[in-house]
Amino acid sequence: MAQAFQRIYTRLEGITKATVALNAQRVMNDELATVDGRLAQVVKISGDLVTLQVFGGTEGIATNSEVVFFGEAPSLHVSDDLSGRFFDAYGRPIDGGPEVEGEHREIGGPSVNPYRRIQPSQIIPTGIAGIDLNNTLVSGQKIPFFADPDQPYNQVMATVALRADVDKIILGGMGLTNDDYLFFRQTFENAGKLSRIISFVNTTDDPPVERLLIPDMALTAAEYFAVDKNEKVLVLLTDMTLYADALSIVSNRMDQIPSKDSMPGSLYSDLAKIYEKAVQLPSGGSITIIAVTTLSGGDITHAIPDNTGYITEGQLFLRHDTDTGKVIVDPFRSLSRLKQLVIGKQTREDHNHVMNTAIRLYADAADAKTKLENGFDLSDYDLRALDFAKEYSFQLLSIDVNINVTEMLERTWKLFAKYFTKEELSIREDLVEKYYGN
Amino acid sequence: MQTQTTGKVRGIIANLVTIEVDGPVAQNEICFIHLADTRLMAEVIRVSGKSVSAQVFESTRGLRVGDHVTFAGHMLEVQLGPGLLSSNYDGLQNNLTTMDGVFLKRGEYTDPLDREKTWDFKPLVRTGDTVTAGDWLGEVMEGWLVHRIMVPFVMTGTYSVEKITVEGSYTVDETVAVLKDEKGTSIPVTMVQRWPVKRAITAYKQKPRPYKVMETGVRTIDTFNPIAEGGTGFIPGPFGSGKTVLQHAIAKQAEADIIMVAACGERANEVVEIFTEFPKLIDARTGRHLMERTTIICNTSNMPVAAREASVYTAMTLCEYYRAMGHRALLLADSTSRWAQALREMSNRMEELPGQDAFPMDLPAIISSFYARAGIVELNNGELGSVTFIGTVSPAGGNLKEPVTESTQKATRCFYALSQNRADRKRYPAIDPMDSYSKYLEYPEIIKYYEEKLGPEWIDSIWEGKNYVRRGKEAYEQINILGDDGVPLEYHINYWKSELIDFIILQQDAFDSIDASTPMERQQYMYTKIIEVCRQAFEFEDFEECSAFFKRLINIFRQMNYSEYMSEEFKRYETDIEELLSQKVQA
Repeated sequence: MAQAFQRIYTRLEGITKATVALNAQRVMNDELATVDGRLAQVVKISGDLVTLQVFGGTEGIATNSEVVFFGEAPSLHVSDDLSGRFFDAYGRPIDGGPEVEGEHREIGGPSVNPYRRIQPSQIIPTGIAGIDLNNTLVSGQKIPFFADPDQPYNQVMATVALRADVDKIILGGMGLTNDDYLFFRQTFENAGKLSRIISFVNTTDDPPVERLLIPDMALTAAEYFAVDKNEKVLVLLTDMTLYADALSIVSNRMDQIPSKDSMPGSLYSDLAKIYEKAVQLPSGGSITIIAVTTLSGGDITHAIPDNTGYITEGQLFLRHDTDTGKVIVDPFRSLSRLKQLVIGKQTREDHNHVMNTAIRLYADAADAKTKLENGFDLSDYDLRALDFAKEYSFQLLSIDVNINVTEMLERTWKLFAKYFTKEELSIREDLVEKYYGN
Repeated sequence: MQTQTTGKVRGIIANLVTIEVDGPVAQNEICFIHLADTRLMAEVIRVSGKSVSAQVFESTRGLRVGDHVTFAGHMLEVQLGPGLLSSNYDGLQNNLTTMDGVFLKRGEYTDPLDREKTWDFKPLVRTGDTVTAGDWLGEVMEGWLVHRIMVPFVMTGTYSVEKITVEGSYTVDETVAVLKDEKGTSIPVTMVQRWPVKRAITAYKQKPRPYKVMETGVRTIDTFNPIAEGGTGFIPGPFGSGKTVLQHAIAKQAEADIIMVAACGERANEVVEIFTEFPKLIDARTGRHLMERTTIICNTSNMPVAAREASVYTAMTLCEYYRAMGHRALLLADSTSRWAQALREMSNRMEELPGQDAFPMDLPAIISSFYARAGIVELNNGELGSVTFIGTVSPAGGNLKEPVTESTQKATRCFYALSQNRADRKRYPAIDPMDSYSKYLEYPEIIKYYEEKLGPEWIDSIWEGKNYVRRGKEAYEQINILGDDGVPLEYHINYWKSELIDFIILQQDAFDSIDASTPMERQQYMYTKIIEVCRQAFEFEDFEECSAFFKRLINIFRQMNYSEYMSEEFKRYETDIEELLSQKVQA
């Protein structure tokens, strides 16, 4: 931030809870500034009247506060020294370490030319059967956990991140409680993998509008490693619902007309701009995004999960399974849209058949359960399906499972043989001959 | 000759820029904002005195008050000429293939047509002939497709051919004809013409009602709710209900000469799938690679929002251009909701009074006038050309009572409702057989077409089949309330007849090499067989015997669907079915 570009003003014309307005000349759209030392960004220019969004909130800002314009958009210093470090929403170290030297790069940069992308084709194994077997993750994919606030989504995400075979993990924490922040930090530290992790964190102690910078910061760092260094990068974003809430605060302060659920009309584009940074590059580098979208009472028709679902390549649902007392990855509502690109290709030939059949049988068990609840008699098949479902849930769907895909397939075949005849499976004959009862 | 209008930037909110101008401007005129050494394209969307609002097709980061603006003097245009086919464009018709680097660069505009390539031109008119806009002057081969070089659509009135070039190789910019207007002015014509995308191309004699059916190979569409050639349809559905898989299936199989895929505000990886697979996949009808008949207009969700709106217009204009050559074009737009959202974002920034869900008030009018551009037309020379249009809609929360779905429903004739319930139960394609409809089934022209092509019973049997499905659904509800034993056996039989139609006709495996696409002849054969079964009266001891019987029947019919049509295997299953039926059908 060279001093020569800085321009200083000392008179504000208007102040709202999130924005200030002042008369200034030659101001650039998206330009970064400070208002009384707090970082702010230009969001509206009308003649000489410039509106700034103040990330830290405007409490205590006076009309004679000093406003300094920097002549550039928010940016991040990128270099290999980012590894192992913790930063705030502005990219400033919060781990007591030194400032990172490196190339100065604007955040929220351009999109990849769709014609230059290549089709994702590499599985990201996590050891969790609810994911690897039924909703396989693929390098370059973007997928959120849809979870109620009481579910252990951050724990599952940390587990996935640590098991995934990637070069860098970048955590973008938005509105993390201090406890969760420390949890991530300790988990990464204990795993001895801190050197390949980079974190950008906004905790609940920090002003909510600052969160808006987190995904762009995290993804600018991700693009540095994926594009410049050809590395496989996994980006974790939690919690995107709090990000969207911050968007609605700002749009409200700017007098924009809200659309569904008080969200700004541009919510879809705003979220897409983040998620679409997930990419498989021809050079081998990739960005995979795993996010968390917390739901309110499991309602996925709310604007935030709804728009997210239209953007991301599937979603993962966590659920407390009362039959086994475990947290499982719900096989019905979860979906990985890219799984077809790897299953049966990078995994064993029977993967697709085993997956579909197990879910179908699990659905039969759900029907049997309804029948039971409605007071109808259960057939022998119904009873077997119920027993199967319980074991399947315990041995495979539970999030504490950690085995490879072939073991998952074998475990499922064992359950098939234990509870069902070959005919009841109705799997392609050659596969049944090869794997049933072996 | 008027001088070029220029202006200065006065205000910026996201991609809406206000400009003070020094001369005349037109609504929807294109202008360029000069930012360092790049120029950012923008479109005028409101004029008020000397102040003009423009939506910028790029990121406005770094723009300042006082930046210089030049006006282009025309609306958003595309270039029309040989070389469009099999291209990959963004929403503004920039060629994505020839762009440098991994990232899209702001202000980089690439040429949609190859200026160096030569085309073998064959004249179709003689000196002295009288011509009007849209008339064919000559033709070149664009790969396998005959590409007509036409009198530019902007040329109103009649002209006489003063000169037409001899057969030979020319680049698109060489003059191939000289036309003389009524005042005697000579106008040179090349193989390229320009057209403003927001205007419909109407260089045809008339637009009759659609009178024939366009096959898609998707049974639930072709058999139950067919779309007419030159017709309009739309597919609304919540996320995960299979909109994109269905659109891709139609893109692969539909009986059209040209497929225009407008990826409007959707996932980039879905377009990558087309980029990757279409050059490899073979079109069963012609034996050619699918990419040879496909053009992609791609404005994914992370690309500039204003260009998203332009992308559907660009795609429609290219379709109309090929229609004027006498070809059958099919436009698939995924998703028109994203386009409507782009309109909403702009309307919001311009502080217009909002309509329902904050969408602009004129949304229904915009949607219906856009769908109205589809249609089959009779050209000036008597040949036929068509644009069939199927759009997808992504209703918020999967709720069909929202402005985009409702407006689109009024503007289209086919409605393919994707049901979450069917998707959850893996019944794909998840088109709900009861909620969906095709108005074309009521067109006398279409009824006549079916009578001639598939026989007089066909239309009646469609209604009959739909009735079996409806009855089955009612029976299913009763069984759920009263229990298996609580209803007469007849209810179970009705239910299973509808399941038979569902499993064998409505459900289709888009990933199976044989089942993915069913030609009409095979559809008629199978459907007639199924309806014959439904007409039978059956005798069963109890409901368990009934369901066991139909499960077996469905299984064999399914194997038939997976077998090569009329193969040994196919016929063997057919014999099995007859044998099974003979046991239970009442004499």
